[in-house]
Amino acid sequence: MVTIRAQHIVVELGRHPAVRGVSLDLYPGQLVGIIGPNGAGKSSLIRAMLGLVPLSGGAVSIDGSDISRLTRRDVARQVAYLPQGQTLHWPLSVERLVALGRLPHLGPLSRLTAADEAMVDAALTRADVLHLKGRIATELSGGERARVLLARALAVGAPALIADEPLAALDPGHQIDVMDLLRAQARSAALVATVLHDLGMAARYCDRLILMDRGEAVADGPPAAVLTRANLAHVYGIDAWIGEEAGRPVILPLSRV
Amino acid sequence: MSARRRHPLLLPLLLLLLVLAACGSVTLGAVPIAPSRLLAVMTGGGDDVARAIVIDLRLPRMALGLLVGGMLGLSGAVLQGYLRNPLAEPSVLGASNAAALGAVCALYFGLAQMHVLALPLLAILVALIAIGGLFLLAGPSESPLTLILAGIAIATLAGAGISLSLNLSSNPFAAMEIMSWLMGSLENRSYAHVLTALPCVLIGAALLIADGRTLDALTLGEDGAQALGIDLRRARLRLMLGVAIGVGGAVAVSGSIGFVGLIVPHLIRPLTDRSPSAILVPSMLGGAALLTFADIGVRLIPTTNELKLGVLTSLLGVPVFLVHLMRERRLW
Repeated sequence: MVTIRAQHIVVELGRHPAVRGVSLDLYPGQLVGIIGPNGAGKSSLIRAMLGLVPLSGGAVSIDGSDISRLTRRDVARQVAYLPQGQTLHWPLSVERLVALGRLPHLGPLSRLTAADEAMVDAALTRADVLHLKGRIATELSGGERARVLLARALAVGAPALIADEPLAALDPGHQIDVMDLLRAQARSAALVATVLHDLGMAARYCDRLILMDRGEAVADGPPAAVLTRANLAHVYGIDAWIGEEAGRPVILPLSRV
Repeated sequence: MSARRRHPLLLPLLLLLLVLAACGSVTLGAVPIAPSRLLAVMTGGGDDVARAIVIDLRLPRMALGLLVGGMLGLSGAVLQGYLRNPLAEPSVLGASNAAALGAVCALYFGLAQMHVLALPLLAILVALIAIGGLFLLAGPSESPLTLILAGIAIATLAGAGISLSLNLSSNPFAAMEIMSWLMGSLENRSYAHVLTALPCVLIGAALLIADGRTLDALTLGEDGAQALGIDLRRARLRLMLGVAIGVGGAVAVSGSIGFVGLIVPHLIRPLTDRSPSAILVPSMLGGAALLTFADIGVRLIPTTNELKLGVLTSLLGVPVFLVHLMRERRLW
């Protein structure tokens, strides 16, 4: 169980302020969606919460300890991170790649234990890629690779998971699989936060949504409260149909306003 | 394609090659020495001529071939892993030339005569500056091209510095000596050279070999590696120091020998699971064997002046470099 707290954080990329004074608390057991148009600062926000970009202001703490005082290894054991559109630089096997998730738990020269290997297999199974175990990761299709990378993040076995656009490159079936998986992860008392572009998925799956616009969190709350026509018009500049099908929310972007 | 694992015979094969290279380096040379005389020398007896050749010339030369080759192979493997670039290598990135420039400066300004350590220290220092400059120039860019271009700029600059000292050198003997730094050779080396190279190579290798995990994590890029608990700033510092000390110390005794660090990891990689950590030790062994074999080659190839080792490795290495440059876009 872990909580992450961001207080008035400011992130500057070059001279451009990407995140301007965002405060939010992430709790275990919730699936949190971070939404907003391109360039709204979603990725910068989550990278700041992982301590991957220097803060120009504010503070991030994990379970009450300031992230700047934690070692990279401590953070890595607490929070698994799935970056956006990851390039793989060497043609590793899927098994080897997913096993990288065990790195935060290994000493400098120790080998993977049987327990580590079991975690790797469990992660492969949960992401539905066990059958790809022996393949070369760079030779997979985009969707397969996205799920293998998700398995890599799950293999860390951290109490928190932060994912950046895990649905990109996935077909509708696998999008649903991944959202189911993230929700199951949250239900098992993990902290799960994910950047999403599909507003319908965000509405159907997330317990809480954070709507980012130009570096600020302009709305934060349950999906029904965040995904209003007024908010969508104001932040995305779109007119959308918001409806329901068998009790599940549906959002359909129609036109620019 | 199915997963590759390390070929079970890889390490035994490399060790065998290493032993063969070492034996060959002691037995073969411009002056033939019969096996019986050699055996006599090895067991503590033997005639004076054979003793002088084997003990004072061939043994230090063999030791240096192994040390320098091992260091170059290991640095190539580490740099390729760290920079996620299969074309990275100390000489391509300018580190070897920079170390040679440091050595030449020590000679040119007479510092080498003032203190024995001046030459290797200056070689290490200039190599460190070059690698630091390279990381700054290439910056966070993950483009292989930026890095290679930055390396070419540094290598050319350092080469120009060496040429300048040649140009300005009034003494033809000094000029000859400076020239040999550009070409690289293990000719006429003594135990003093071995003692210079040994600690540098040991320290450099120790700094580099421990970081295999970091290199593996970098398969996921810098963010991915940091999110896996890697402290990249410290890793970068260890790596820069390791390459500078190891390559600086190696170049301080051999001059700039190119392309060993490029060829060896490429030969080794298909026999492993292709993770950056898996090629470190094999590349060190392979580099040691390859350079020692090349050094035997330059001794045996009948030419009026002995071929310079660096010339031979460049002749072998450039085709490999070009083939991979062409193929790289398709592979990665």
